[in-house]
Amino acid sequence: MSKRIVVDPVTRIEGHLRVEAEIKDGKIVDAFSSGTMVRGLEIILKGRDPRDAWAFTERVCGVCTTVHALASVRSVENALDIKIPPNAELIRNLMFCAQYMQDHVVHFYHLHALDWVDVVSALKADPAETSKLAQTISKWPKSSPGYFSDLKKRLAKFVESGQLGIFANGYWGHSAYKLPSEVNLIGVAHYLEALEWQKEIVKIHTIFGGKNPHPNYLVGGVPCSVNINEVNAINSERLAYVADLLKGATEFIEQVYIPDLMAIAPYYLDWGGIGGGLSNYLSYGDLPVNGYADVDNYKFPRGIIMNRDLSKVIPVDATDSEQIQESIANSYYTYEGDSGPKHPWEGQTNLNYTGPKPPYDYLDVDQQYSWLKTPRWKGNAMEVGPLSRMLVGYASGREEFKEVVHWALKTLDVPVEALFSTLGRTAARGLETKLIAGWSMEFFNSLMANIKNGDDRTFTKERWDPSSWPTDVKGVGLTEAPRGALAHWIVIKDKLIENYQLVVPSTWNASPRDEKGQRSAYEESLIGTPIADPENPLEILRTIHSFDPCIACAVHLYDEKGSYVHQIQTF
Amino acid sequence: MSEKDKTLYQEIRDKGYSRREFMKFCGMMGAILGLQSTGIAQIAKALETKSRIPILWMHFQECTCCSESFIRSSHPIVADIILDKVSLDYTETLMAAAGHQAEKSLHDTMTKHAGEYILMVEGSIPTKNDGYCTIGGKSARQILKEVAAGAKAIVAWGNCASSGCVQAANPNPTGAKAVHEVIHGKPIINVQGCPPIAEVMAGVVVHLLAFERIPQLDKLGRPKEFYSRRVHDTCYRRPNYDAGLFVESFDDENAKKGYCLYKMGCRGPNTYNSCGVIKWNNGVSFPNQSGHPCIGCSEANFWDNGPFYKHLQSFPGFGVEKTADKIGLIVGLATGVGIATHAISTNILKRREIAVGKAELEEKES
Repeated sequence: MSKRIVVDPVTRIEGHLRVEAEIKDGKIVDAFSSGTMVRGLEIILKGRDPRDAWAFTERVCGVCTTVHALASVRSVENALDIKIPPNAELIRNLMFCAQYMQDHVVHFYHLHALDWVDVVSALKADPAETSKLAQTISKWPKSSPGYFSDLKKRLAKFVESGQLGIFANGYWGHSAYKLPSEVNLIGVAHYLEALEWQKEIVKIHTIFGGKNPHPNYLVGGVPCSVNINEVNAINSERLAYVADLLKGATEFIEQVYIPDLMAIAPYYLDWGGIGGGLSNYLSYGDLPVNGYADVDNYKFPRGIIMNRDLSKVIPVDATDSEQIQESIANSYYTYEGDSGPKHPWEGQTNLNYTGPKPPYDYLDVDQQYSWLKTPRWKGNAMEVGPLSRMLVGYASGREEFKEVVHWALKTLDVPVEALFSTLGRTAARGLETKLIAGWSMEFFNSLMANIKNGDDRTFTKERWDPSSWPTDVKGVGLTEAPRGALAHWIVIKDKLIENYQLVVPSTWNASPRDEKGQRSAYEESLIGTPIADPENPLEILRTIHSFDPCIACAVHLYDEKGSYVHQIQTF
Repeated sequence: MSEKDKTLYQEIRDKGYSRREFMKFCGMMGAILGLQSTGIAQIAKALETKSRIPILWMHFQECTCCSESFIRSSHPIVADIILDKVSLDYTETLMAAAGHQAEKSLHDTMTKHAGEYILMVEGSIPTKNDGYCTIGGKSARQILKEVAAGAKAIVAWGNCASSGCVQAANPNPTGAKAVHEVIHGKPIINVQGCPPIAEVMAGVVVHLLAFERIPQLDKLGRPKEFYSRRVHDTCYRRPNYDAGLFVESFDDENAKKGYCLYKMGCRGPNTYNSCGVIKWNNGVSFPNQSGHPCIGCSEANFWDNGPFYKHLQSFPGFGVEKTADKIGLIVGLATGVGIATHAISTNILKRREIAVGKAELEEKES
């Protein structure tokens, strides 16, 4: 006899996610992932100026802010055949890197760490021992016995107050927590430090885009101008500011984030064999070094890995209409006519909420149970995200990827198979952050070199004026959001948006099963997960958080009247 | 409340901060709030003597940019205070508990602190179908009504909770509504923006804590403290507008000199916010400074106020100056360019000198 447990809300994520799991003999035997909120942004975009779309779609998500703006401007530039100046590409890359560094650090400490770090246990730590340990894993200066002693006192006062705020009703004392008190105390210290730190790196967005969250983007380039002889533009002071922020970020990542990851992981090596889920991985790739069109020269390569076979990388073609199809077999939508999976070119979005009337206790998982559609690549469920990017980079033979992966496997003394797991996903996120920190300095140096050589262009005016546009065009903008492969498709007719469609990382990962009953990544990864205490399903959070869910991103389709919406999505 | 007698000041001291650091924090918050030194003393006194307020932060149709902005609050101690001091008992973004345990946190505060807690809302509320947003199986609307019932006051964070934001843009497919359209009979503070500036969010919290009252609000429910000045009037590029110096195309020679972005579609003349004064992310920059026109994100329905890059033809309340179109025309005439520009610039310069001189005088006297 199995037991159904419900986790709703799944917290420490973006958006509204519900997980229902069947447990038998202490293990998950079946799982259902449901997005429970819808907004309908694509409908709202129709009939608007394509140059405005980035601002609308940026508001899909404020956690991974910038990523939808980037995909959007690329889709319009692709449709209108606009090639942006090299400086604009470099500035976009720097904003991309800043986003990853902030987002991954916040994910590790503020969204994921409490699954592994027992805050209450930290109270038992010996500050002197903690200090000794901290100094063996890193040269980060905040590591004296006095520092940890003060922190411990502060934490004790907090707990004694009885008002635990965000830490109330956590799973403290759960048998699945394995860290020594001293490591827990380091975790708490860096939770607080990371909270302070994360607001610094985003200033790169503020410098180039005017604000964060939701900095400004621009079709045709970037909105900021470069002028080294003017205070009202990106000048030497602004550039020095960026360099300083990058330096600080690199220090934090190398001296705090990565050492913590490698200090915590050894206590949870069993999670290197749990939560693997699917065996297919997709990455669109990103960070162009020779322009967006030159895919072979992306820092993150594009490609697909099937069946965990790292000996080959299969190409993915964004314009091939045969490759991607979306199923609505278990989503709150209907298709007119044939209800089978459709390529997005022929896709429809007709709302059909058939879920239980709120308030409800359980979803009816025998029918539609989510606001997410179910995307597939040639009928296969794919995982997207940091692990996919690292695997595609590794399997593509890129030395930088191989180096960090080998280093991590060797340090933890685990086989390559350990990558395909909850732990592997969390480690991959850290490893790519390390790579990105290095790349960001390369981009910065290239920008400086360009400016030194007299190239100060950040925008191309060529196709700004709609009178220069063809009547009917369409485009696709691809990127890698921190959570995985992201694409926007646009159709422009008579200077306006005829149709706009997004397929986002969490739609790939968090979607309900398809018409063949195949589970997507979240659901598949939960199968077999041990649950020590069904009343306190900490283990579910570990695996789900390892994907870094972003559900507002994942759900966005809706046509209230149930009318035919011929949104265009192509691959 | 379990520790009625414990004050923020005591907590700060307990954490190892000195009295001096505490006063510095009060001074910083005072500077944000634009207070005189007597006001700073009042903040210090309030924080020394008031006890903790529980906060319930609910998420509905949102993108979490408000929570993200909130954690960017820059003055170092503010983050600590928000985490500890206000007892943030429910926020799906940061709380350790999930599922039933999260619901327990919510209900514990709703029952133990009925009538005492502050409700903060991020996101709009879909009204066309309860199935459009559910949490723990309950609809957003039901949850909001239940939590609002026992709230002392409501803070509507950002444009979503204040006026529906992007999902309420035409044709508003889900019937997304602002908090004030769903809840009546409670004080509601609309902290506008997409998102609001971090230090504005922190400032509103400090205002509530320190003065134990709702800040003065404008007719749209926004705190006057932060939303009574147009971005246009506080923009450092404003003299260029007055002088008829405009960016005509992104990254043109004028853009490289930082001229006025009015012709690129700037909504500064119609937008009330603190961007030009407080700026973003601890004063680093704001949209216009970084070359992009203001899109008006702190105004209701800004998404439907025309394409962003189309410039406003004219707007009311602008006194003696001509509209930019007319000024632009004058400047554009081959003859007399120098004279017209110079005349306007000189006037501006004079007025600025007078203003600056007056301010300096006042500073010396005080």
